[in-house]
Amino acid sequence: MTAPLETTALGKRHRSRWALRDCTLTAGEAEIVGVAGPNGAGKSTLLGLAVGLLAPTEGAVRVAGRDPRRDAGALQEVGYVAQDAPLYRPFSVGEMLEFGRATNRRWDGELALELLGGLAPRTPVVDLTPGERSQLALALALAKRPSLLLLDEPFARLDPLAGRHFLQVLMDGAAETGSTVLLATRVVADIERVCDRIVLLGEGRVRLDGPVEQLLATHRLLTGARRPLGRIRGVDEIVRERSSGRQLTLLVRTNGLPIDASWSVDEIGLEDLLLAYMAPEQLQAPPPPEPSRLRWHG
Amino acid sequence: MEFHLDQRSGLPVYLQIVQQVKEALRLGLLDVGDQLPTVREVVAELAINPNTVAKAYRELEHEGLVAATPGRGTFVTETLVDPSVEHHESLRRALLGWLVEARRMGLDEESILALISSTVREELDRRVA
Repeated sequence: MTAPLETTALGKRHRSRWALRDCTLTAGEAEIVGVAGPNGAGKSTLLGLAVGLLAPTEGAVRVAGRDPRRDAGALQEVGYVAQDAPLYRPFSVGEMLEFGRATNRRWDGELALELLGGLAPRTPVVDLTPGERSQLALALALAKRPSLLLLDEPFARLDPLAGRHFLQVLMDGAAETGSTVLLATRVVADIERVCDRIVLLGEGRVRLDGPVEQLLATHRLLTGARRPLGRIRGVDEIVRERSSGRQLTLLVRTNGLPIDASWSVDEIGLEDLLLAYMAPEQLQAPPPPEPSRLRWHG
Repeated sequence: MEFHLDQRSGLPVYLQIVQQVKEALRLGLLDVGDQLPTVREVVAELAINPNTVAKAYRELEHEGLVAATPGRGTFVTETLVDPSVEHHESLRRALLGWLVEARRMGLDEESILALISSTVREELDRRVA
């Protein structure tokens, strides 16, 4: 069974800067994968490589076992909704659907209509609200019944209500088509309730990759008195260390053994967990108020 | 039936669905033969991952409460309702007390049974009316 998406040591360099490097991951059938990370982390680059818009500098990407740059058949398997949901603005909703039908080998017009809900086919694209425009782009991508659906920051332009509705249509479509979904977003809260798995990118590299439940089950916050840190029973790795006064707070990856009883142990939410992996330094206690670069010559 | 989510409960979403189905089975809101909402209906309502719903339904199936019929849906096969059992013991104790009292007042077995059956009939008539 070939995976809908598989990347091996995938890298992309823009001039001297690596936008993505050493990225190895597999998305399984019908899996819903959140691709998280701050701006410039490599999310759009990863999606662009998967849809064949970008050529890898190194490594390989396979969609349903095929190279999206060389094999047009691979692109039949990919639905892609780019950041600004590009649509032909002079077209009407109905004309966009007709365009989709004419340009795709596999086309489920009935599903497209279902996902559009009450959107009238005669409405010109220009007159759609941002939410409706996203919904149309999503319906067009899902009507291909793709094995892989890629969404780049779909919530960026949507208000919370439209965002929620978008998610409902997306999940409905995913249930119907069984597509594997890659959902790239900066805002983890948007996707927390829908993801089976999270891939966290940071500065072009995979910082964390795992099933959401497992990530939550294997990370804990430990609080205790400040002390020199050696090995802690029950802990595999200290992800982040933060101290204030005499107190020490650690985010740790656990190994399933009971944790040293001298620490008080708390669960951590997904958003906080990803933030800690994203930018550990940002979460540390504020630095001393005196800026080091300025000297006082008084 | 309709599911709802408590984002702050800390309970995994699939377990929330499992619990809500069980609760409905216990309260008699779902009965044998009833169909659970389809996966698509649930995800379109709650905006959650279809795999989560499927996982919840598999769990319920594993516990023998529902059965999935391919192409048709998931149906309730077992109910958790038994409203009477938990009350039997206290009712029996009250009845024993009543019997002791009846004996003390001189009723024999035949009069006791006659009194009980006539009272049951009378109460039934009153409820029907």
